[in-house]
Amino acid sequence: MSSRPIVTLDGVTKSFGSFKALHETSFSIGEGEFVTLLGPSGCGKTTTLRLIGGFELPTSGKIGIAGQDVTQNPPYRRPVNTVFQDYALFPHMTVAENVAYGLTVRGSTVARSDIPGQVAEVLDMVGLSQMGGKRPGALSGGQKQRVAMARALIRKPRVLLLDEPLSALDVKLREVMQVELKRLHRELGITFLMVTHDQTEALALSNRIVVMEAGRIRQIGTPNDLYDRPFSPYVADFIGATNLIEARYLGREAEFDVIALPGGAHLRRKAAGNGGFHPGSTVLIGIRPEHLRPAGGENLLQGRVVDTLFHGDSIRLEFLPDGANQPAFAQLARGASLGAEDLMPGQPIRFAVAPEDVMLFAKVAA
Amino acid sequence: MKQLLWWQKGMVGFVFGVLAFLYLPIVVLVVFSFNDSKVTSFPLAGFTWHWYQAVFANTQMLTALKNSLIVALCATGLTLTIGTLAALVLDRHEFPGKGLFRNAILLPLSLPGLVTGIAMLNFYKQIGIPQSLTAVVIGHATALLGVVVSQVMARLAKTDHRQLEASADLGAGPVETFFRITLPSIRPAILGAGLLSFTLSFDEIPVTYFLTGRDITLPIYIYSTLRRGITPEINAIGSMIVLVSLLLIILSVGLLRDRK
Amino acid sequence: MRRPASSILKTAGLFSLPLGWTLLLLIVPYLMMIAVSFWTRQFPLFVPDFQFGNYVQLFSDPQYTTVILRTLKIAAMVTAAALVLGYPLAYFLVFTLRSERLRNLVYMAVIVPLWVSYLLRAYTWKIILGTDGALNSALMSLGVIDAPLDLFLYNQAAMVITLTYIFVPFMVMPIYAVLENIPKGLIEASEDLGIGPLGTFRHVIAPLSLGGVVAGAMMTFCLSFGDFVAPVLVGGPDGIMVANLLQTQFGAALNWPLGSALATLVLIMVLVILGLTGWAERASARNLR
Repeated sequence: MSSRPIVTLDGVTKSFGSFKALHETSFSIGEGEFVTLLGPSGCGKTTTLRLIGGFELPTSGKIGIAGQDVTQNPPYRRPVNTVFQDYALFPHMTVAENVAYGLTVRGSTVARSDIPGQVAEVLDMVGLSQMGGKRPGALSGGQKQRVAMARALIRKPRVLLLDEPLSALDVKLREVMQVELKRLHRELGITFLMVTHDQTEALALSNRIVVMEAGRIRQIGTPNDLYDRPFSPYVADFIGATNLIEARYLGREAEFDVIALPGGAHLRRKAAGNGGFHPGSTVLIGIRPEHLRPAGGENLLQGRVVDTLFHGDSIRLEFLPDGANQPAFAQLARGASLGAEDLMPGQPIRFAVAPEDVMLFAKVAA
Repeated sequence: MKQLLWWQKGMVGFVFGVLAFLYLPIVVLVVFSFNDSKVTSFPLAGFTWHWYQAVFANTQMLTALKNSLIVALCATGLTLTIGTLAALVLDRHEFPGKGLFRNAILLPLSLPGLVTGIAMLNFYKQIGIPQSLTAVVIGHATALLGVVVSQVMARLAKTDHRQLEASADLGAGPVETFFRITLPSIRPAILGAGLLSFTLSFDEIPVTYFLTGRDITLPIYIYSTLRRGITPEINAIGSMIVLVSLLLIILSVGLLRDRK
Repeated sequence: MRRPASSILKTAGLFSLPLGWTLLLLIVPYLMMIAVSFWTRQFPLFVPDFQFGNYVQLFSDPQYTTVILRTLKIAAMVTAAALVLGYPLAYFLVFTLRSERLRNLVYMAVIVPLWVSYLLRAYTWKIILGTDGALNSALMSLGVIDAPLDLFLYNQAAMVITLTYIFVPFMVMPIYAVLENIPKGLIEASEDLGIGPLGTFRHVIAPLSLGGVVAGAMMTFCLSFGDFVAPVLVGGPDGIMVANLLQTQFGAALNWPLGSALATLVLIMVLVILGLTGWAERASARNLR
């Protein structure tokens, strides 16, 4: 995090009737960061964004933006602007009128005569310089998205709030717009706060990710942090995919934790810190599909093939680890050593795992 | 609950004012139906059932009431049958003059009733339908088609046409499909339109005024009595009509809600 | 979808009922009325003819032009009054009331009077506004006035009040419908861009609700233009409206051709208004696409 926080939430809660959408939540965002609120629908990420935008008022707690307490301010008295999920373009105005809208406010520092110039500039920035005269109804999804960006950016917000900005676009367009978002963030240098349920989008774009679940923050960290050192099975499975296998913790051997797999085989894990696991306790181990290498040797996970799925550049192999009751997955490069294309269901298979790629979590009662 | 701003508080007051404007007159009507005085003025003169007794002793008024009920029932049945068929035709078929057909059916909804009444009177006179309650029933059933067609068509538009294809695919003929798929899905609209048609027909004056003969309906009776002056009997029968209307509304809300 | 010929014939048989009924009992009567408007009266008979005398008379005889102009004026005043009452009400329901239950309840409360006899609702104002009526007597017993005021009954103000009372739900319904269909996101977007409630109303809500206003105004105008009960009950001598004139032509005056001409004029006016409304609604629907 950079030194100067631009957005701070301090013990913010939000209830809708008896439903608690957001439990006491505190975090801050540094100036110039690209932060993503990530989680499944209903986790409170959109509520958090709407609280910062001023569309909802918190039940308790304080919200600060750019050093000012804005907790009770309406949206039109906050130095932030929003790109709405469904764009919320004004259907009765042209693209240029939509973009100019935020400059026509009373007390705007922009002179009337300067508005067309600024509109043209912002439209140019999002690659829509020819579209000013069109109505939103005549635009494609990607173009609407760009207009929504332009309309928010022309106000030069301290923070740009993006509510699932790419969710309505098809896959190809989404990738184009991801690049575009990253470019705009880099060029403008303002803070972006984005809400998404798509972890690849979050990983690709953000400096930091806030993972949320059921109205609480589960973990905040850089994409690398979250991918390599998830605090919980939930985060491990939400950021990338993770095979979670119930196992028994045996104890520490030098720099390794030793775990007994359900089938009886032992697995070693490079110990990180004082894990605090009791020998004999039930734990969950997490191994990412891409960390499973079909090979012999040390530190093996064994099982039987269930099915293989062709994924173009890779093969996704479903197998049942010995003694486990849930299948696991491995992601294999195409044409990798085993000739995975020829694997038959029921055939035994084994994978080597590097001890530093094994994650270990306490088993929490569901 | 969020604190209301001053102008929002003002609006709450305004809305209460409008609601009072809508309901106070009805309250006044009911209050004076129990007032023991021939004139409708304050202060109130004391409670009486007299005006209600007068209503039930007034054979002319009761005959008019009976006529109104018969007319409303017949007209509703007729308009529901023809209107539902018309809605199906409009929903499923393309034919020349379709626009004219639809607009003609909907026209009486926005056209002053007198114009429709005059048009019918002119025509009935030419083809020899005498002015009578039968003529009124035909007139009402025709003028109210728009109510049925607009409601049923709105409902049909929301119905997935693939349901019909699925029904046909599963072996049901058109008639069976109508009774097992289409009719259940438009039933709420038919119920709603039926209740509304009944109310409107029961209350109708302008078309009735031109088409009725010696037998008159209740609204026509009240209308001609009122031209001569106020009698508290009208307050009593009016209050009873209000009560029945409210019961019908509650009934219809309940019926339509259960369907969801 | 192709069907065997027998099935098409059966369908056609079934569907010819509504088509035939509408043609014979609705379209033909309207055409008939238009035809009669060109006939001549030779008392006590009406003779088929094709001449514009009836229309000329309607537009030249001050007896008729006065009534037509008065009716237009009163219908316009009722429309304006209903808009002033109805728009804020609909706005309040959609944007201020947060509870959906309460909103539906108040909306129902506005619509329910439509189910209560229209004649009775007009009549209640005769009880209220009359010389010995509820309002005068209440004011007198409260000591506000000493003698009944004639101010209230048998004038155009009484008609405007009564007609507004009767038709205001027709104004609220379409406005409520369009306001409810405005995506809440648009209002949030406007506030997000720094525009306060007043500006948001002026730039976003008002233009997007225009379609509903037009529909409501059209309905209110047409219905109050054609009303004949209120003039009879509360209107008095200078309250005669077009509908009363029509009644007279088919009653005492016994001049069906002239009455048909007047009715045809009303028909044309309503058709023009419907056309304009349809055009305005399509334009605003295009906006909201």
